[in-house]
Amino acid sequence: MSKVTIDRIDFDVRSIRKQFPLLAQSVRGKPLVYLDNAATTQKPQAVLDTLSHYYAAGNANIHRGVYALSQDATQAYEGARSKVAKFLNAASPTEIIFTRNATEGINLVAQTFGRSMVAAGDEVVISEMEHHSNIVPWQLLCEEKGAKLRVAPINDDGELILDELAALLGPRTRLVSIVHMSNSLGTINPVRRIVDLAHEQGIPVLIDGSQAAYHMAVDVRALDCDFYVVTGHKLYGPTGIGALYGRSRLLNDMPPYQGGGDMISSVTFEQTTYNELPHKFEAGTPHIAGAIGLGAAVDFLTEVGFDAIASHERRLLDYATGMLSELPGLRFIGTAREKASILSFVLEGVHPHDVGTVVDTEGVAIRTGHHCTQPVMDRFGVPATARASLAMYNTTDEIDHLVSALSKVREVFG
Amino acid sequence: MSELRDLYQEVILDHNRSPRNFGHLDDANRRADGHNPLCGDRLDVTVKVVEGVVTDLRFKGSGCAISKASASLMTEAVKGKTIDEFNELFDYFHRLVTGETLSVDERALGKLAVFSGVRDYPARVKCAILAWHTLKSAVNDSQEVVSTE
Repeated sequence: MSKVTIDRIDFDVRSIRKQFPLLAQSVRGKPLVYLDNAATTQKPQAVLDTLSHYYAAGNANIHRGVYALSQDATQAYEGARSKVAKFLNAASPTEIIFTRNATEGINLVAQTFGRSMVAAGDEVVISEMEHHSNIVPWQLLCEEKGAKLRVAPINDDGELILDELAALLGPRTRLVSIVHMSNSLGTINPVRRIVDLAHEQGIPVLIDGSQAAYHMAVDVRALDCDFYVVTGHKLYGPTGIGALYGRSRLLNDMPPYQGGGDMISSVTFEQTTYNELPHKFEAGTPHIAGAIGLGAAVDFLTEVGFDAIASHERRLLDYATGMLSELPGLRFIGTAREKASILSFVLEGVHPHDVGTVVDTEGVAIRTGHHCTQPVMDRFGVPATARASLAMYNTTDEIDHLVSALSKVREVFG
Repeated sequence: MSELRDLYQEVILDHNRSPRNFGHLDDANRRADGHNPLCGDRLDVTVKVVEGVVTDLRFKGSGCAISKASASLMTEAVKGKTIDEFNELFDYFHRLVTGETLSVDERALGKLAVFSGVRDYPARVKCAILAWHTLKSAVNDSQEVVSTE
Protein backbone atom coordinates (compact mmCIF):
# COMPACT_ATOMS: atom_id res chain seq x y z
CA MET A 1 0.00 0.00 0.00
CA SER A 2 1.66 3.15 -1.20
CA LYS A 3 -0.52 5.29 1.08
CA VAL A 4 1.04 3.92 4.23
CA THR A 5 4.53 4.38 2.87
CA ILE A 6 3.85 7.96 1.96
CA ASP A 7 2.90 8.79 5.52
CA ARG A 8 5.79 6.94 7.10
CA ILE A 9 8.73 8.03 5.02
CA ASP A 10 9.60 11.02 7.13
CA PHE A 11 7.71 10.75 10.34
CA ASP A 12 4.95 8.83 11.96
CA VAL A 13 1.89 10.92 11.23
CA ARG A 14 -0.17 8.80 13.67
CA SER A 15 2.00 9.85 16.57
CA ILE A 16 1.82 13.48 15.42
CA ARG A 17 -1.99 13.23 15.33
CA LYS A 18 -2.08 11.86 18.88
CA GLN A 19 -0.65 15.15 20.07
CA PHE A 20 -3.70 17.03 18.73
CA PRO A 21 -6.66 16.13 20.95
CA LEU A 22 -9.22 17.96 18.78
CA LEU A 23 -8.54 15.73 15.79
CA ALA A 24 -9.98 12.68 17.53
CA GLN A 25 -13.54 13.97 17.47
CA SER A 26 -16.50 13.13 15.26
CA VAL A 27 -18.64 15.58 13.35
CA ARG A 28 -22.17 14.66 12.30
CA GLY A 29 -21.36 11.10 13.31
CA LYS A 30 -18.29 10.88 11.05
CA PRO A 31 -14.63 11.16 12.04
CA LEU A 32 -13.52 14.76 11.61
CA VAL A 33 -11.32 15.39 8.58
CA TYR A 34 -9.91 18.85 9.20
CA LEU A 35 -8.72 20.47 5.97
CA ASP A 36 -9.08 24.15 6.79
CA ASN A 37 -5.57 24.67 8.05
CA ALA A 38 -4.96 27.78 5.98
CA ALA A 39 -7.66 29.43 8.11
CA THR A 40 -6.27 28.13 11.38
CA THR A 41 -4.36 25.09 12.58
CA GLN A 42 -5.25 22.87 15.53
CA LYS A 43 -3.21 23.02 18.71
CA PRO A 44 -0.88 20.34 20.07
CA GLN A 45 -1.13 19.23 23.69
CA ALA A 46 2.16 20.99 24.46
CA VAL A 47 0.59 24.37 23.60
CA LEU A 48 -2.61 23.60 25.53
CA ASP A 49 -0.59 22.55 28.58
CA THR A 50 1.56 25.67 28.41
CA LEU A 51 -1.52 27.91 28.34
CA SER A 52 -3.25 26.15 31.17
CA HIS A 53 -0.08 26.03 33.26
CA TYR A 54 0.48 29.74 32.77
CA TYR A 55 -2.99 30.63 34.03
CA ALA A 56 -3.00 27.96 36.76
CA ALA A 57 0.45 28.66 38.16
CA GLY A 58 2.29 31.49 36.42
CA ASN A 59 -0.09 34.40 35.92
CA ALA A 60 1.15 37.87 36.88
CA ASN A 61 1.59 41.10 35.00
CA ILE A 62 4.99 41.45 33.41
CA HIS A 63 7.80 44.05 33.60
CA ARG A 64 8.38 46.21 36.66
CA GLY A 65 7.03 43.68 39.18
CA VAL A 66 9.52 43.12 41.97
CA TYR A 67 7.95 39.92 43.25
CA ALA A 68 8.96 36.45 42.06
CA LEU A 69 5.75 35.60 40.21
CA SER A 70 5.94 38.73 38.08
CA GLN A 71 9.60 38.14 37.36
CA ASP A 72 8.85 34.57 36.27
CA ALA A 73 6.03 35.76 34.01
CA THR A 74 8.32 38.42 32.54
CA GLN A 75 10.99 35.83 31.93
CA ALA A 76 8.50 33.48 30.26
CA TYR A 77 7.15 36.29 28.06
CA GLU A 78 10.60 37.55 27.05
CA GLY A 79 11.72 33.95 26.66
CA ALA A 80 8.93 33.46 24.14
CA ARG A 81 10.20 36.49 22.25
CA SER A 82 13.64 34.91 22.07
CA LYS A 83 12.10 31.68 20.79
CA VAL A 84 10.25 33.54 18.02
CA ALA A 85 13.44 35.47 17.17
CA LYS A 86 15.33 32.21 16.84
CA PHE A 87 12.47 30.64 14.88
CA LEU A 88 12.67 33.43 12.29
CA ASN A 89 16.45 33.75 12.68
CA ALA A 90 16.25 37.44 13.60
CA ALA A 91 19.53 39.03 14.65
CA SER A 92 18.08 39.94 18.05
CA PRO A 93 14.89 39.39 20.11
CA THR A 94 14.52 43.17 20.20
CA GLU A 95 13.54 42.94 16.53
CA ILE A 96 10.44 40.89 17.42
CA ILE A 97 7.28 42.86 18.25
CA PHE A 98 4.33 40.90 19.58
CA THR A 99 1.09 41.77 17.84
CA ARG A 100 -2.45 40.36 17.83
CA ASN A 101 -1.93 38.67 14.47
CA ALA A 102 -0.32 39.19 11.06
CA THR A 103 -2.99 41.76 10.19
CA GLU A 104 -1.92 43.91 13.11
CA GLY A 105 1.72 43.50 12.11
CA ILE A 106 0.94 44.93 8.68
CA ASN A 107 -1.20 47.72 10.13
CA LEU A 108 1.57 48.57 12.56
CA VAL A 109 4.03 49.04 9.70
CA ALA A 110 1.47 51.00 7.65
CA GLN A 111 0.64 53.31 10.55
CA THR A 112 4.21 53.94 11.72
CA PHE A 113 6.72 53.40 8.92
CA GLY A 114 4.05 54.17 6.34
CA ARG A 115 2.71 57.38 7.90
CA SER A 116 6.20 58.76 8.47
CA MET A 117 7.76 57.72 5.16
CA VAL A 118 4.98 57.89 2.57
CA ALA A 119 3.98 61.28 1.16
CA ALA A 120 1.70 62.54 -1.60
CA GLY A 121 2.69 61.09 -4.96
CA ASP A 122 4.64 58.20 -3.40
CA GLU A 123 3.82 54.60 -4.16
CA VAL A 124 3.37 51.33 -2.31
CA VAL A 125 3.65 48.12 -4.34
CA ILE A 126 1.70 44.95 -3.58
CA SER A 127 0.59 41.99 -5.71
CA GLU A 128 -2.70 40.80 -7.12
CA MET A 129 -2.68 37.71 -4.87
CA GLU A 130 -2.65 39.57 -1.56
CA HIS A 131 -5.01 38.78 1.30
CA HIS A 132 -7.29 41.72 2.12
CA SER A 133 -5.09 42.29 5.17
CA ASN A 134 -2.22 43.24 2.88
CA ILE A 135 -4.40 45.46 0.68
CA VAL A 136 -6.67 47.50 2.92
CA PRO A 137 -4.02 48.89 5.35
CA TRP A 138 -2.16 50.29 2.32
CA GLN A 139 -5.34 51.67 0.77
CA LEU A 140 -6.06 53.50 4.02
CA LEU A 141 -2.52 54.86 4.09
CA CYS A 142 -2.54 55.88 0.43
CA GLU A 143 -5.89 57.57 0.81
CA GLU A 144 -4.66 59.55 3.80
CA LYS A 145 -1.39 60.57 2.16
CA GLY A 146 -2.48 60.98 -1.44
CA ALA A 147 -0.15 58.15 -2.36
CA LYS A 148 -0.74 55.45 -4.93
CA LEU A 149 -1.15 51.71 -4.51
CA ARG A 150 0.43 49.80 -7.39
CA VAL A 151 -0.48 46.16 -7.99
CA ALA A 152 1.79 43.59 -9.66
CA PRO A 153 -0.30 41.12 -11.69
CA ILE A 154 -0.34 37.31 -11.62
CA ASN A 155 -0.56 34.85 -14.52
CA ASP A 156 -3.15 32.14 -15.23
CA ASP A 157 -1.35 29.68 -12.96
CA GLY A 158 -1.51 32.14 -10.10
CA GLU A 159 2.18 33.02 -10.26
CA LEU A 160 3.47 36.51 -9.72
CA ILE A 161 4.75 38.10 -12.95
CA LEU A 162 8.13 39.18 -11.66
CA ASP A 163 9.00 41.42 -14.61
CA GLU A 164 5.79 43.37 -14.09
CA LEU A 165 6.59 43.80 -10.44
CA ALA A 166 10.12 44.96 -11.27
CA ALA A 167 8.68 47.47 -13.73
CA LEU A 168 6.55 49.02 -10.99
CA LEU A 169 9.54 49.80 -8.78
CA GLY A 170 10.88 53.32 -9.09
CA PRO A 171 12.01 56.43 -7.25
CA ARG A 172 8.54 57.00 -5.80
CA THR A 173 8.22 53.47 -4.39
CA ARG A 174 8.42 53.63 -0.60
CA LEU A 175 7.67 50.00 0.21
CA VAL A 176 6.98 46.63 -1.38
CA SER A 177 4.55 44.50 0.66
CA ILE A 178 4.15 40.99 -0.62
CA VAL A 179 2.81 37.65 0.51
CA HIS A 180 5.31 34.81 0.94
CA MET A 181 2.71 32.12 0.21
CA SER A 182 -0.79 32.79 -1.10
CA ASN A 183 -3.67 31.62 1.10
CA SER A 184 -6.08 31.10 -1.79
CA LEU A 185 -3.69 29.76 -4.46
CA GLY A 186 -0.87 28.14 -2.53
CA THR A 187 1.69 29.97 -4.68
CA ILE A 188 5.09 30.49 -3.05
CA ASN A 189 6.60 33.76 -4.19
CA PRO A 190 10.33 34.18 -4.96
CA VAL A 191 10.63 36.59 -2.04
CA ARG A 192 14.43 36.66 -1.90
CA ARG A 193 14.49 37.70 -5.56
CA ILE A 194 11.85 40.36 -4.88
CA VAL A 195 13.87 41.69 -1.94
CA ASP A 196 16.95 41.93 -4.17
CA LEU A 197 15.05 43.79 -6.88
CA ALA A 198 13.65 46.25 -4.35
CA HIS A 199 16.91 46.73 -2.46
CA GLU A 200 18.71 47.57 -5.70
CA GLN A 201 16.62 50.74 -5.57
CA GLY A 202 16.79 51.14 -1.81
CA ILE A 203 13.18 50.10 -1.28
CA PRO A 204 12.32 48.18 1.91
CA VAL A 205 10.21 45.01 1.70
CA LEU A 206 7.55 43.62 4.03
CA ILE A 207 6.73 39.94 3.69
CA ASP A 208 3.42 38.51 4.88
CA GLY A 209 4.39 35.10 6.21
CA SER A 210 0.98 34.08 7.59
CA GLN A 211 0.81 30.98 5.39
CA ALA A 212 4.48 30.28 4.75
CA ALA A 213 5.72 30.12 8.32
CA TYR A 214 4.00 26.86 9.24
CA HIS A 215 5.03 25.05 6.07
CA MET A 216 8.69 26.00 5.67
CA ALA A 217 11.65 27.30 7.64
CA VAL A 218 11.79 31.09 7.51
CA ASP A 219 15.10 32.89 7.83
CA VAL A 220 14.58 36.63 7.76
CA ARG A 221 18.31 37.29 7.46
CA ALA A 222 18.71 34.92 4.52
CA LEU A 223 15.67 36.56 2.91
CA ASP A 224 17.21 39.94 3.75
CA CYS A 225 13.67 41.33 4.18
CA ASP A 226 12.98 44.42 6.25
CA PHE A 227 9.71 43.32 7.85
CA TYR A 228 8.14 39.88 8.21
CA VAL A 229 4.78 39.18 9.84
CA VAL A 230 3.41 35.92 11.23
CA THR A 231 0.28 34.93 13.13
CA GLY A 232 0.36 32.49 16.05
CA HIS A 233 -2.86 30.61 15.40
CA LYS A 234 -1.60 29.31 12.06
CA LEU A 235 1.66 28.21 13.71
CA TYR A 236 -0.23 25.67 15.85
CA GLY A 237 -0.32 28.33 18.58
CA PRO A 238 -3.04 30.41 20.25
CA THR A 239 -5.28 32.97 18.58
CA GLY A 240 -4.78 36.63 19.41
CA ILE A 241 -1.00 36.58 19.19
CA GLY A 242 1.30 37.24 16.28
CA ALA A 243 4.71 38.72 15.66
CA LEU A 244 6.30 41.37 13.52
CA TYR A 245 9.97 41.10 12.69
CA GLY A 246 11.53 44.42 11.79
CA ARG A 247 15.10 45.39 11.07
CA SER A 248 16.25 47.32 14.16
CA ARG A 249 17.49 50.29 12.14
CA LEU A 250 14.01 50.79 10.72
CA LEU A 251 12.18 50.04 13.96
CA ASN A 252 14.33 52.58 15.81
CA ASP A 253 13.46 55.31 13.32
CA MET A 254 9.75 54.55 13.28
CA PRO A 255 7.32 56.46 15.51
CA PRO A 256 5.39 54.42 18.09
CA TYR A 257 2.22 52.58 17.09
CA GLN A 258 -0.06 52.99 20.10
CA GLY A 259 0.48 55.06 23.21
CA GLY A 260 0.11 53.69 26.71
CA GLY A 261 1.88 51.88 29.50
CA ASP A 262 5.03 49.88 28.89
CA MET A 263 5.92 51.71 25.68
CA ILE A 264 7.43 54.68 27.52
CA SER A 265 10.51 55.21 29.60
CA SER A 266 9.29 58.42 31.21
CA VAL A 267 6.14 60.50 31.06
CA THR A 268 5.43 64.06 32.12
CA PHE A 269 2.63 66.23 30.82
CA GLU A 270 5.18 68.16 28.81
CA GLN A 271 7.24 65.35 27.37
CA THR A 272 7.22 61.60 26.94
CA THR A 273 10.27 59.54 26.16
CA TYR A 274 9.59 56.29 24.42
CA ASN A 275 10.88 52.97 25.61
CA GLU A 276 13.55 51.09 23.71
CA LEU A 277 12.87 48.25 21.28
CA PRO A 278 10.81 46.16 21.26
CA HIS A 279 8.71 47.72 24.04
CA LYS A 280 8.22 50.97 22.13
CA PHE A 281 5.69 49.09 20.00
CA GLU A 282 3.91 47.16 22.73
CA ALA A 283 1.60 49.52 24.60
CA GLY A 284 -0.47 48.15 27.46
CA THR A 285 -0.56 44.68 28.98
CA PRO A 286 0.13 42.32 26.09
CA HIS A 287 -1.32 38.86 25.48
CA ILE A 288 1.17 37.29 27.89
CA ALA A 289 -0.36 33.82 27.82
CA GLY A 290 -0.63 33.95 24.05
CA ALA A 291 3.01 34.90 23.62
CA ILE A 292 4.12 32.10 25.94
CA GLY A 293 1.81 29.70 24.08
CA LEU A 294 3.33 30.84 20.80
CA GLY A 295 6.75 30.10 22.27
CA ALA A 296 5.58 26.55 22.99
CA ALA A 297 4.21 26.28 19.44
CA VAL A 298 7.49 27.25 17.80
CA ASP A 299 9.29 24.79 20.11
CA PHE A 300 6.89 22.13 18.86
CA LEU A 301 7.47 23.06 15.21
CA THR A 302 11.23 23.07 15.69
CA GLU A 303 11.11 19.68 17.37
CA VAL A 304 9.12 18.09 14.55
CA GLY A 305 11.36 19.89 12.08
CA PHE A 306 10.55 21.63 8.82
CA ASP A 307 12.42 19.09 6.70
CA ALA A 308 10.01 16.41 7.86
CA ILE A 309 6.96 18.69 7.75
CA ALA A 310 7.68 20.00 4.27
CA SER A 311 8.36 16.62 2.72
CA HIS A 312 5.25 15.07 4.31
CA GLU A 313 3.10 17.96 3.14
CA ARG A 314 4.69 17.88 -0.32
CA ARG A 315 3.80 14.21 -0.79
CA LEU A 316 0.33 14.84 0.58
CA LEU A 317 -0.18 17.74 -1.84
CA ASP A 318 0.99 15.65 -4.80
CA TYR A 319 -1.26 12.79 -3.76
CA ALA A 320 -4.26 15.08 -3.29
CA THR A 321 -3.61 16.91 -6.56
CA GLY A 322 -3.56 13.60 -8.41
CA MET A 323 -6.70 12.29 -6.72
CA LEU A 324 -8.74 15.48 -7.17
CA SER A 325 -7.68 15.78 -10.82
CA GLU A 326 -9.57 12.55 -11.47
CA LEU A 327 -12.88 14.11 -10.43
CA PRO A 328 -14.99 15.09 -13.43
CA GLY A 329 -15.59 18.83 -13.80
CA LEU A 330 -13.01 19.84 -11.20
CA ARG A 331 -10.81 22.82 -12.03
CA PHE A 332 -7.92 23.91 -9.85
CA ILE A 333 -7.49 27.62 -9.16
CA GLY A 334 -3.79 28.03 -8.47
CA THR A 335 -1.42 25.74 -10.34
CA ALA A 336 1.89 27.47 -9.71
CA ARG A 337 5.06 25.43 -10.14
CA GLU A 338 6.13 26.59 -6.68
CA LYS A 339 3.23 25.95 -4.34
CA ALA A 340 2.43 24.30 -1.05
CA SER A 341 -0.43 22.72 0.86
CA ILE A 342 -3.37 24.53 -0.74
CA LEU A 343 -5.92 22.93 -3.08
CA SER A 344 -8.29 25.59 -4.31
CA PHE A 345 -10.86 24.39 -6.82
CA VAL A 346 -14.27 24.78 -8.38
CA LEU A 347 -16.64 22.02 -9.49
CA GLU A 348 -18.44 22.77 -12.71
CA GLY A 349 -22.06 23.69 -12.18
CA VAL A 350 -21.98 23.58 -8.38
CA HIS A 351 -21.46 26.59 -6.16
CA PRO A 352 -18.57 26.18 -3.68
CA HIS A 353 -20.92 26.73 -0.73
CA ASP A 354 -22.97 23.73 -1.76
CA VAL A 355 -19.74 21.74 -2.11
CA GLY A 356 -18.75 22.79 1.42
CA THR A 357 -22.09 21.80 2.90
CA VAL A 358 -22.15 18.41 1.20
CA VAL A 359 -18.65 17.44 2.33
CA ASP A 360 -19.42 18.73 5.82
CA THR A 361 -22.12 16.09 6.16
CA GLU A 362 -19.29 13.58 5.60
CA GLY A 363 -17.26 15.14 8.42
CA VAL A 364 -14.89 16.94 6.05
CA ALA A 365 -14.10 20.57 6.95
CA ILE A 366 -12.99 22.68 4.01
CA ARG A 367 -13.36 26.40 3.42
CA THR A 368 -15.54 27.89 0.72
CA GLY A 369 -15.72 31.51 -0.31
CA HIS A 370 -13.35 34.20 -1.49
CA HIS A 371 -10.80 33.51 1.27
CA CYS A 372 -10.37 37.25 1.82
CA THR A 373 -8.80 37.52 -1.63
CA GLN A 374 -11.58 38.97 -3.76
CA PRO A 375 -9.15 40.31 -6.40
CA VAL A 376 -7.89 36.74 -6.92
CA MET A 377 -11.49 35.54 -7.44
CA ASP A 378 -12.04 38.37 -9.94
CA ARG A 379 -8.79 37.47 -11.72
CA PHE A 380 -9.99 33.90 -12.24
CA GLY A 381 -13.60 34.87 -12.93
CA VAL A 382 -15.12 32.87 -10.09
CA PRO A 383 -17.26 34.16 -7.20
CA ALA A 384 -15.62 31.76 -4.78
CA THR A 385 -13.65 28.54 -4.57
CA ALA A 386 -13.62 25.46 -2.37
CA ARG A 387 -10.29 25.14 -0.60
CA ALA A 388 -8.73 22.18 1.14
CA SER A 389 -5.56 23.13 2.97
CA LEU A 390 -3.11 20.71 4.52
CA ALA A 391 -1.07 20.59 7.70
CA MET A 392 1.48 18.23 9.18
CA TYR A 393 -1.17 16.01 10.78
CA ASN A 394 -3.17 15.28 7.64
CA THR A 395 -3.03 11.85 6.02
CA THR A 396 -3.65 10.27 2.64
CA ASP A 397 -6.65 8.53 4.21
CA GLU A 398 -8.13 11.94 4.84
CA ILE A 399 -7.57 12.90 1.21
CA ASP A 400 -9.46 9.73 0.26
CA HIS A 401 -12.31 10.86 2.55
CA LEU A 402 -12.33 14.24 0.83
CA VAL A 403 -12.47 12.62 -2.60
CA SER A 404 -15.29 10.32 -1.60
CA ALA A 405 -17.17 13.25 0.00
CA LEU A 406 -16.72 15.23 -3.22
CA SER A 407 -18.20 12.40 -5.25
CA LYS A 408 -21.34 12.83 -3.09
CA VAL A 409 -21.61 16.32 -4.54
CA ARG A 410 -22.17 14.76 -7.95
CA GLU A 411 -24.71 12.34 -6.52
CA VAL A 412 -26.74 15.27 -5.22
CA PHE A 413 -26.29 17.74 -8.05
CA GLY A 414 -25.84 15.38 -10.97
CA MET B 1 -27.30 10.90 2.13
CA SER B 2 -30.75 11.19 3.73
CA GLU B 3 -29.53 14.08 5.82
CA LEU B 4 -28.41 15.84 2.67
CA ARG B 5 -31.70 15.15 0.95
CA ASP B 6 -33.45 16.98 3.80
CA LEU B 7 -31.51 20.07 2.80
CA TYR B 8 -31.27 19.61 -0.94
CA GLN B 9 -34.82 18.50 -1.62
CA GLU B 10 -35.79 17.72 -5.20
CA VAL B 11 -37.78 20.96 -5.55
CA ILE B 12 -34.71 22.96 -4.53
CA LEU B 13 -32.47 21.12 -6.99
CA ASP B 14 -35.04 21.67 -9.72
CA HIS B 15 -35.29 25.43 -9.09
CA ASN B 16 -31.49 25.62 -8.91
CA ARG B 17 -31.23 24.00 -12.33
CA SER B 18 -34.06 25.96 -13.90
CA PRO B 19 -34.81 29.09 -11.92
CA ARG B 20 -38.24 30.65 -12.55
CA ASN B 21 -38.77 34.36 -13.17
CA PHE B 22 -35.07 34.77 -13.85
CA GLY B 23 -33.96 37.99 -15.46
CA HIS B 24 -34.79 41.66 -15.43
CA LEU B 25 -38.34 43.00 -15.34
CA ASP B 26 -38.49 45.80 -17.89
CA ASP B 27 -41.59 47.58 -16.54
CA ALA B 28 -40.56 47.28 -12.90
CA ASN B 29 -41.18 50.23 -10.58
CA ARG B 30 -39.19 48.92 -7.62
CA ARG B 31 -35.81 47.30 -7.39
CA ALA B 32 -33.13 46.35 -4.89
CA ASP B 33 -29.72 44.72 -4.80
CA GLY B 34 -28.89 42.04 -2.31
CA HIS B 35 -25.38 41.16 -1.29
CA ASN B 36 -24.07 38.37 0.89
CA PRO B 37 -20.50 39.34 1.72
CA LEU B 38 -19.86 35.89 3.20
CA CYS B 39 -20.01 34.21 -0.19
CA GLY B 40 -19.88 37.16 -2.54
CA ASP B 41 -23.36 36.40 -3.86
CA ARG B 42 -25.15 39.26 -5.50
CA LEU B 43 -28.79 39.41 -6.35
CA ASP B 44 -30.86 41.91 -8.26
CA VAL B 45 -34.62 41.92 -7.75
CA THR B 46 -36.96 43.94 -9.97
CA VAL B 47 -40.62 44.28 -9.01
CA LYS B 48 -43.81 45.79 -10.32
CA VAL B 49 -46.17 46.96 -7.60
CA VAL B 50 -49.65 48.15 -8.58
CA GLU B 51 -51.95 49.50 -5.85
CA GLY B 52 -50.16 47.58 -3.13
CA VAL B 53 -50.06 44.31 -5.07
CA VAL B 54 -46.90 42.66 -6.38
CA THR B 55 -48.09 42.00 -9.91
CA ASP B 56 -44.78 40.77 -11.30
CA LEU B 57 -41.16 40.27 -10.27
CA ARG B 58 -37.89 38.85 -11.50
CA PHE B 59 -34.50 38.12 -10.02
CA LYS B 60 -31.02 37.99 -11.45
CA GLY B 61 -27.66 37.01 -10.06
CA SER B 62 -25.53 34.06 -9.18
CA GLY B 63 -25.30 32.08 -6.03
CA CYS B 64 -25.44 28.69 -4.42
CA ALA B 65 -28.30 26.24 -4.93
CA ILE B 66 -30.02 27.35 -1.75
CA SER B 67 -29.97 31.06 -2.59
CA LYS B 68 -30.96 30.55 -6.21
CA ALA B 69 -33.80 28.16 -5.41
CA SER B 70 -34.97 30.40 -2.61
CA ALA B 71 -35.14 33.41 -4.93
CA SER B 72 -36.91 31.37 -7.60
CA LEU B 73 -39.53 29.89 -5.26
CA MET B 74 -40.02 33.29 -3.65
CA THR B 75 -40.91 34.89 -6.96
CA GLU B 76 -43.54 32.22 -7.54
CA ALA B 77 -44.95 32.53 -4.04
CA VAL B 78 -45.13 36.31 -3.96
CA LYS B 79 -46.52 37.09 -7.39
CA GLY B 80 -50.09 38.35 -6.98
CA LYS B 81 -49.77 38.94 -3.24
CA THR B 82 -50.29 42.27 -1.49
CA ILE B 83 -47.33 43.85 0.27
CA ASP B 84 -48.94 43.06 3.61
CA GLU B 85 -49.30 39.42 2.62
CA PHE B 86 -45.68 39.39 1.49
CA ASN B 87 -44.53 40.84 4.81
CA GLU B 88 -46.43 38.13 6.63
CA LEU B 89 -44.94 35.46 4.39
CA PHE B 90 -41.47 36.94 4.96
CA ASP B 91 -42.00 36.52 8.66
CA TYR B 92 -43.13 32.88 8.24
CA PHE B 93 -40.20 32.07 5.98
CA HIS B 94 -37.73 33.68 8.34
CA ARG B 95 -39.04 31.58 11.20
CA LEU B 96 -38.96 28.46 9.05
CA VAL B 97 -35.28 28.72 8.13
CA THR B 98 -34.11 29.93 11.52
CA GLY B 99 -35.90 27.10 13.28
CA GLU B 100 -38.57 29.11 15.08
CA THR B 101 -41.25 27.62 12.95
CA LEU B 102 -43.23 25.43 15.30
CA SER B 103 -46.13 27.85 15.43
CA VAL B 104 -46.14 28.46 11.68
CA ASP B 105 -48.86 26.79 9.71
CA GLU B 106 -46.90 25.02 6.98
CA ARG B 107 -49.88 25.27 4.64
CA ALA B 108 -49.36 29.02 4.61
CA LEU B 109 -45.86 28.40 3.28
CA GLY B 110 -46.87 25.96 0.56
CA LYS B 111 -43.87 24.85 -1.50
CA LEU B 112 -41.59 27.10 0.55
CA ALA B 113 -41.69 24.45 3.29
CA VAL B 114 -38.94 22.60 1.35
CA PHE B 115 -36.50 24.99 3.02
CA SER B 116 -37.18 23.53 6.47
CA GLY B 117 -33.89 21.59 6.24
CA VAL B 118 -31.91 24.84 6.26
CA ARG B 119 -32.45 25.26 10.01
CA ASP B 120 -29.94 22.43 10.60
CA TYR B 121 -27.26 24.35 8.68
CA PRO B 122 -26.90 27.72 10.43
CA ALA B 123 -24.16 28.79 8.00
CA ARG B 124 -26.66 28.51 5.15
CA VAL B 125 -29.53 30.53 6.63
CA LYS B 126 -28.20 33.70 5.01
CA CYS B 127 -28.22 31.97 1.61
CA ALA B 128 -31.90 31.13 1.98
CA ILE B 129 -32.93 34.53 3.28
CA LEU B 130 -30.95 36.82 0.94
CA ALA B 131 -33.62 37.04 -1.77
CA TRP B 132 -36.31 37.69 0.80
CA HIS B 133 -34.44 40.57 2.41
CA THR B 134 -33.74 42.01 -1.01
CA LEU B 135 -37.39 41.86 -2.03
CA LYS B 136 -38.45 43.31 1.30
CA SER B 137 -36.19 46.26 0.78
CA ALA B 138 -37.49 46.69 -2.78
CA VAL B 139 -41.20 46.71 -1.91
CA ASN B 140 -41.06 48.55 1.39
CA ASP B 141 -38.51 51.23 0.58
CA SER B 142 -40.31 52.36 -2.60
CA GLN B 143 -37.00 52.59 -4.39
CA GLU B 144 -37.61 53.77 -7.91
CA VAL B 145 -35.96 51.92 -10.77
CA VAL B 146 -33.32 53.95 -12.49
CA SER B 147 -34.64 54.35 -16.01
CA THR B 148 -32.36 53.20 -18.78
CA GLU B 149 -34.46 54.79 -21.51
